[in-house]
Amino acid sequence: MLAVVWSALPIVFILLYALVTLYMEMKVAAHMQDRLAYMRTGWHGTLQPFADILKLLQKEDTISVAADKKLFMLAPYVVFVGTYGAFSTIPFTSLYIGSNIDLGAFFIVAVSSLVVVGILMGGWASNNKWSIFGAMRSAAQMVSYEIPTALTILIAVMITGSLNLQEVAKFQEGGIQNWVVFGGPMPLTQKLLLIPFTLVTFLILFIASLAEVNRTPFDLPEAESELVQGFNTEYSGMRFAMFYLAEYANMFLVAAVAVSLFLGGWASPFGSFMSGPVWGLFWFVGKGMVLVFLQIWIRWTLPRLRVDQLMYTSWKVLTPFLFVCIFAVGIILVL
Amino acid sequence: MSAVRGYFRNIWLALSTVAIGMKITFKHLFVPAVTVQYPDVKMKLPERARNRLYVNIDDCIGCDQCSMACPVDCIIIETIKSTPDQDLGTTSTGHKKKLHVPRFDIDIAKCCYCGLCVYPCPTECIVMTDVYEFSEFDRHNLIYNYSIMTPQEIEMATEKLKKAEEEAAAKKAAAAAAKAASTAAAQPSALPTTGGTATQNPKPTGPAPDSSQQPGNS
Amino acid sequence: MIEAKTLPTSYVTQPGEIRTSSGKTLHTDEMIINMGPQHPSTHGVLRLEIVVDGEIIVDVIPHIGYLHRCFEKHAEHMTNYQQVLPYADRMDYVAAMNMEHGYALAVERMMKIEVPERVEYIRVIMAELQRIASHLIAVGTFGIDAGAFTPFLYAFHDREHILDLYEMTCGARLLYNYIWIGGVSHDLPPQFIDKAKEFCTYFKPRIKQFNDLLTFNEIFVKRCANVGVLPKDVAINYACSGPMLRASGVNWDLRRDDPYSVYNRFEWEPQVGKGEMGTVGDTWDRHIVRMREMEQSVRIIEQALAGIPVGNVQAAIPKRIRPEAGEIYARTETPRGELGYYVISDGSTTPFRVKARSPAFVNLSVLPEISRGAMIADLVLIAGSVDIVLGEVDR
Repeated sequence: MLAVVWSALPIVFILLYALVTLYMEMKVAAHMQDRLAYMRTGWHGTLQPFADILKLLQKEDTISVAADKKLFMLAPYVVFVGTYGAFSTIPFTSLYIGSNIDLGAFFIVAVSSLVVVGILMGGWASNNKWSIFGAMRSAAQMVSYEIPTALTILIAVMITGSLNLQEVAKFQEGGIQNWVVFGGPMPLTQKLLLIPFTLVTFLILFIASLAEVNRTPFDLPEAESELVQGFNTEYSGMRFAMFYLAEYANMFLVAAVAVSLFLGGWASPFGSFMSGPVWGLFWFVGKGMVLVFLQIWIRWTLPRLRVDQLMYTSWKVLTPFLFVCIFAVGIILVL
Repeated sequence: MSAVRGYFRNIWLALSTVAIGMKITFKHLFVPAVTVQYPDVKMKLPERARNRLYVNIDDCIGCDQCSMACPVDCIIIETIKSTPDQDLGTTSTGHKKKLHVPRFDIDIAKCCYCGLCVYPCPTECIVMTDVYEFSEFDRHNLIYNYSIMTPQEIEMATEKLKKAEEEAAAKKAAAAAAKAASTAAAQPSALPTTGGTATQNPKPTGPAPDSSQQPGNS
Repeated sequence: MIEAKTLPTSYVTQPGEIRTSSGKTLHTDEMIINMGPQHPSTHGVLRLEIVVDGEIIVDVIPHIGYLHRCFEKHAEHMTNYQQVLPYADRMDYVAAMNMEHGYALAVERMMKIEVPERVEYIRVIMAELQRIASHLIAVGTFGIDAGAFTPFLYAFHDREHILDLYEMTCGARLLYNYIWIGGVSHDLPPQFIDKAKEFCTYFKPRIKQFNDLLTFNEIFVKRCANVGVLPKDVAINYACSGPMLRASGVNWDLRRDDPYSVYNRFEWEPQVGKGEMGTVGDTWDRHIVRMREMEQSVRIIEQALAGIPVGNVQAAIPKRIRPEAGEIYARTETPRGELGYYVISDGSTTPFRVKARSPAFVNLSVLPEISRGAMIADLVLIAGSVDIVLGEVDR
């Protein structure tokens, strides 16, 4: 019984976080474009996310006649499960981690690739040429960006010595200088040598995570101006809400992974000041939201990459840089 | 070697231009929004704004210029001539009104807001106002009827006109009959014969072969 | 990266052809996709029937006519030449002043009317402001096609200032009925010149900001360079005009080469594409030509504002427009290209025939030629770079 409650806590968090992020996205987007977003539902539009969710929930559930019904209905849930499963190994605070397995990071990479399966199912089952386009592009994109993600995780693991994310977070306790992005708690010479490589690795992880969640500049699967809505075209109502929720959950997931591995997880940047289990949650969510804000900021600034340029970036730019970083970090750690 | 240089240059350009773009959008986060929250706040329109039409029917002389100028034929005007004994008054610009206007309809749904009807009006009675909130639920409410003549007035005016025309027609017929009778009386034997042309032609038979004109006379 | 120019022709499947791979018979077929009249990215109701092989385009067939509103037939039934002007506005609703200017020029030439100088200067100012407004829409929507949503809103913010200037002068924001045959409908209000000067000083840094945000962004450059290349000879053969032609390297601008109004009094340069980021005549060139044309328009406006003479703007408006029987073709340079009006008069007050040669219609005809071998993502950009307005294409 306790296990059910224990494992349901992240979904409570995800629901609350989705509402906040929906609001933040539209407000940040609006103010970057010199305009106001919703102002009439609630004070300055604060009730708008509720209104959006209500609208999606009460829509008519249409499935086109020629669609593959079983796959069509299953696809959103597969995508959500792929995302939510990975939440089980994220340490929200020093006292809470869904499942304290020793293979945390590896498990995340493995489970989050279920999302690809879900998207392919959704695109194929819609029986719509535009959806198939979106699904194929998305599959190619996500598969190719798993490699840089896995390699950055490898680098972080090399520095911290454990795949268990809770251990990694504990490793970075003690202040901002101990964060892996600044070299980790190492002797000074090693740290200084490591810093350029860890900074580059963190940047690459951020870029790869943008591609994992299908956000601009990598949002070709849902390129609104080309494919209407990509693989989402035929979905409406509750199923679309599921896809949407899964996308936002995925945003936080990749931010959480980046935070746990590189930015200290739930550890306070001031060392022992403002640390503790409750403060840990605050720091973790705060850092995660900063990264989510960064994702939103980038989305509203940059144009979209074409699918072959996307592949080029992944295979010919990110991966070689990461190989260089792996070698360098390995050598520096051995010194 | 230049391919390698190109490769690194691409990466550097990508990162630097992205950073510049992000700086611009970040700065715009702190620029106050330019949205005007209509309908709580309404912007003031300039004085020449061209929106809904308005007709001051008291000034209308029924000249039909606006209706002819309209490119989409949205103005429909019907007039009834007034008899000389009726006094319709003058407009505020000094024109004397000579026509009743029983029908002055503008279908504002057809109007294209070009303003071509405003310029030809001699009394400046049709103007474009700055009203832009005039939606209706029923499409037929968008046909604006500007005439203020009641059905009785219209009937009276039509009757008067008919009577006046009949009188005028009768008078004309009587005058024509009288003229025919008088000309017939003035020339009792005026039967057109072959020699008639000489007597009926008062024109002089051309200048005489100038036998009387002596060179010395000129 | 797949470059359109280096694509081997054998990659493109002919209909019904069976491509084999590694000796086994493998039947591949092409897909016909419809980018229908309602689509977030075709600029108006344009239907593109695309024949694709995977993501590579084999053929594009545009279907137009969804916005045909019989401009030319209406023009024959108006009671006078003046009444045709609101219809001319509505053809290209984004650049209405230029449409009116072209028609007024045609009829004035037929009637041999000389308009006062002040009228010419006002017309030039209005036409150039309209060019800026139209190009702002073009580059803004081009950004959206590429995925950048923010520059569009910055462009529209700037356009608001121009529309405010227009509203102050003639009362309307989009469809003006301002440039009349023989003059203009209203004289400039007293505060116009100062506000217009303010706009010019405000606008120049905004162009730079737009360029920083979008034009020189590496992602955008990589999307647009070498895509949809329109070679010089193809452009001339297809009768392209305007920024499409100039971006392909042809230095031809009607304002300088076939001067009308008072354009030959101002100092400015037509912008030509040089292939800075790719090949000459690709979509990036068209984009940068439009951006630079906006700068040149600001130059013209500033010079015109400084030198505008006083006078009566309605002095030459004829009471009765009745040209003698004959025909004329008059062309002007709109933001989209060469707009021509072919007017035939039979000596009465109604035109016998008004044919509008719309630049967007002719520019659109080159779309299949330049998009063979591109990808679908590129097709959206190519269609956006042609800068069509369906009202003008369909008339």
